[in-house]
Amino acid sequence: MTALRYAGALLLLVIAVALPVFDGAPLAITIAFYTLIFAIMATGWNILGGYSGYISLGHAAFFGVGAYTLGLLAQHYTIPGGYEPFFLLPVVGIITAIIAVPIGIITLRTRRHVFVVLTIAMLFIGQLLATNLSTFTGGSSGLALPVPPWMGASFNYPYYYAALTVLVGALLVSWWIRQSKFGLALLAIRDDEDRALGLGINTGLYKLAAFVLAALFIGMAGALWAYFVTYIYPQFAFDPLFDIAMVLMSFAGGVGTLAGPVLGAVLIEPAQQYLTLTYGNNGWSLVLYGALFLVIILLLPQGIIPGLRTLWERYETRRRAEPPVTEARTPVDRPVPRRESANQ
Amino acid sequence: MGGGTLPSWQRANGEALVDLLFGGIVTGILVGGVYALMASGLTLVFGVMDIINVAQGALVILGAYLSYALQQHLHIDPFLSLVITIPAMFLIGIAIEFVAVRRIRANRTMLSILVTFAVALIIEGVLTMLFSPNLVEIHAWYVDKSFLVGSVYVPYIYLFGFLLSIVLLFALYVYLYRTKFGRAIRATVQNRTAAELIGINVNRVDTVTFGIGVSLAATGGMVYGALNTFNPNSAYDLISRLLAIIILGGMGSLSGALVAALAMMVIENVTSLYAPVWEAVVFYLILAIVLLIRPQGIFGRVATRRQ
Amino acid sequence: MSLLEVEDLRKSFSGIQALTGCSIELQDKEIGGIIGPNGSGKTTLFNVITGYERPDSGRITFRDRLLANPSPSSVFSQGIGRTFQLTRIFPRLTVVQNMHVAAQRKGFGAALWPWNSAKERARALELLEFVGLERLKDDLAGSLSYGQKKLLEFATILVADPDVILLDEPAGGVNPTMISYMADRIRELNKAGKTFLIVEHNMGFVMDLCHRVTVLHRGSTIAAGEPDEVRNNPQVLEAYLGD
Repeated sequence: MTALRYAGALLLLVIAVALPVFDGAPLAITIAFYTLIFAIMATGWNILGGYSGYISLGHAAFFGVGAYTLGLLAQHYTIPGGYEPFFLLPVVGIITAIIAVPIGIITLRTRRHVFVVLTIAMLFIGQLLATNLSTFTGGSSGLALPVPPWMGASFNYPYYYAALTVLVGALLVSWWIRQSKFGLALLAIRDDEDRALGLGINTGLYKLAAFVLAALFIGMAGALWAYFVTYIYPQFAFDPLFDIAMVLMSFAGGVGTLAGPVLGAVLIEPAQQYLTLTYGNNGWSLVLYGALFLVIILLLPQGIIPGLRTLWERYETRRRAEPPVTEARTPVDRPVPRRESANQ
Repeated sequence: MGGGTLPSWQRANGEALVDLLFGGIVTGILVGGVYALMASGLTLVFGVMDIINVAQGALVILGAYLSYALQQHLHIDPFLSLVITIPAMFLIGIAIEFVAVRRIRANRTMLSILVTFAVALIIEGVLTMLFSPNLVEIHAWYVDKSFLVGSVYVPYIYLFGFLLSIVLLFALYVYLYRTKFGRAIRATVQNRTAAELIGINVNRVDTVTFGIGVSLAATGGMVYGALNTFNPNSAYDLISRLLAIIILGGMGSLSGALVAALAMMVIENVTSLYAPVWEAVVFYLILAIVLLIRPQGIFGRVATRRQ
Repeated sequence: MSLLEVEDLRKSFSGIQALTGCSIELQDKEIGGIIGPNGSGKTTLFNVITGYERPDSGRITFRDRLLANPSPSSVFSQGIGRTFQLTRIFPRLTVVQNMHVAAQRKGFGAALWPWNSAKERARALELLEFVGLERLKDDLAGSLSYGQKKLLEFATILVADPDVILLDEPAGGVNPTMISYMADRIRELNKAGKTFLIVEHNMGFVMDLCHRVTVLHRGSTIAAGEPDEVRNNPQVLEAYLGD
């Protein structure tokens, strides 16, 4: 089974790399780029929210931190447009991660639901700081990023490939975590944190590590986005829409799984882009996202992938419950009533 | 009294310094009363239902827009509009409870946060579609005219809003402590299972409490809309503050919400007079400090380790 | 010199006196039992010893060293494991994963390596076989029966190889076959050198298994000694029948 999974993943990667060959139009690549950005965000978010069960409703704050970090670095060190900013991405990630440490320490001290509530404030505080520290960040006038010299129909290819690289990196890290003792411990924390603590697991450190890793990838996504749009404002860098999208995609695809967040992004983001182009951006997206989120939480809280898995398991047990042909038949040729296997 | 932080005219005139401080404190208390009203709905719902209604901010803004619309199109005085908005919001609250909140059985607190978060977004989206992102404000004579407190000019709305909040908070107190249903609510807060066992209809308690919480938001909304310019995005600022207040005061504690609201708004106002740069963040800075020292809030109960 | 000694422990919860001067002595390699009518403070005693509650006064000594302000993880690292009255396992992980969670590694760096290490897996399977859950190793822990979950919880705390094991009502809600199965496992481990302290309601289980029994009543010790001594103690009889 795992060999099949690896082959499948490889195939998807090949398709993703070759995508511009299939449809290289700037619009298509832009939509694909945004899908990748959200996939990175959702995958990062999932490391904290999915694995440890600590739902953050404000990690998009680190998206903004990443965006502004790249902008400020580029400004301060007069980095030209071109390929150079891409090499700054890991630096931005690390800086965002460092900033996330004290925030994580404060917020993770509280009980789980207080934590969620605090993260809501996190996003808003980020926006507030970006607006008010205007000497630093340009305030509400925004911040400019270097403009690359690329022209022509393929001008946004580099962004696409850079985002793809970051996504692959994020997925590798997420996969590695799942295989590691660290990841297993996070899953245990999700099920019963106090018991995990009682078994000698350093829950505080592990939760903080998940928090910071999520911030790292979300920050890199923010930096990529900032470079793409070349000019950022506080209310767009710290956007509730991005925040809910990231959480929604993880939930929709399957919170706690590896591919779920990516699946969620692939399903939802192109649809959202299409809607924005058709109906404009007058609050309609918020209503839709909110309603979709509501439906998923209430009806399919596990998401698509675990939902499919449950269906598959049910199918499997039903299949195995049928007796082999060599069993003696009952005298009267009537089907024997069979009880459903209780193994759900 | 050295130091060079204050402008020279204030240093020269010691009285003006005190007046400014006095004005700042009074304004803080007046505004704090309104925030206490909005926060009490939130903390009460948590106490009764163990859920955190993250949509409270959006509901306040909804109340603000309702009052605004009634004033713009029907020229109804904002205070008078409450006669319409409070029952309307009460019904909206019941609808939300019924459709979204009631369905959650397992893991109530966590899921309620996600569910009400979704509801908040829907409300914000609808408001954006109906009213556009432009900033608006509710106007009336008492918004534009002010009176002098110390050396600060305070619009009359601050005073009226505060009085209204006090009246309503008092009414809430009377309701909770003097009526039969109020006692049922308090019993449910103390011990839900026991309340159910002695025949209290906890479902009805839930619904009514949620409705009360939302109607309080309607009132707070009207005053908020008169005190500030707002748009649908203001819900974020508001819910962040309200949540900070009830966490600070201890979740589920009404007195905690009151104390925290007053304290925070006084501190914020005084800060805005002396060090405006810090005004926006001092609120959350205090929250962070308190959480580091005492994660359960001022009046909160310590989270006992589950066995 | 006893292995674990509890002296005059007192603990009250907003007016309710849970422990009112409780003292226990547990010798090395002994199976100790704690019995008492409902509300006598047995579980509170466990909670205080393992750091889930802080006592108002009294001393706990382990291996002649004072256990001051313990936390669950510090108690665990000193070699004391415990189970809970309401069995706690990780329901969304498989049985063998539950065992791997309890595997001890030093430092955060070690946690970055795969959890499915051969050595830890071997130990996990060995312990699962000991409690008879080996064939269920890939099943979700949440799908186990109540008795099986109890066994899993028991196996999990054995992973860290504790010297002292505190069992909170191991026979509660479990059928007689399972009860005697558990008793056998406890005896086996005891022979291998482990010390037990068991809180139980099931009189037969305790009298049969334990070397020494302490009786708690209303938060304090009223009797302690060999099972037969205690069984015939008039104060004990009165405590059980009197209220």
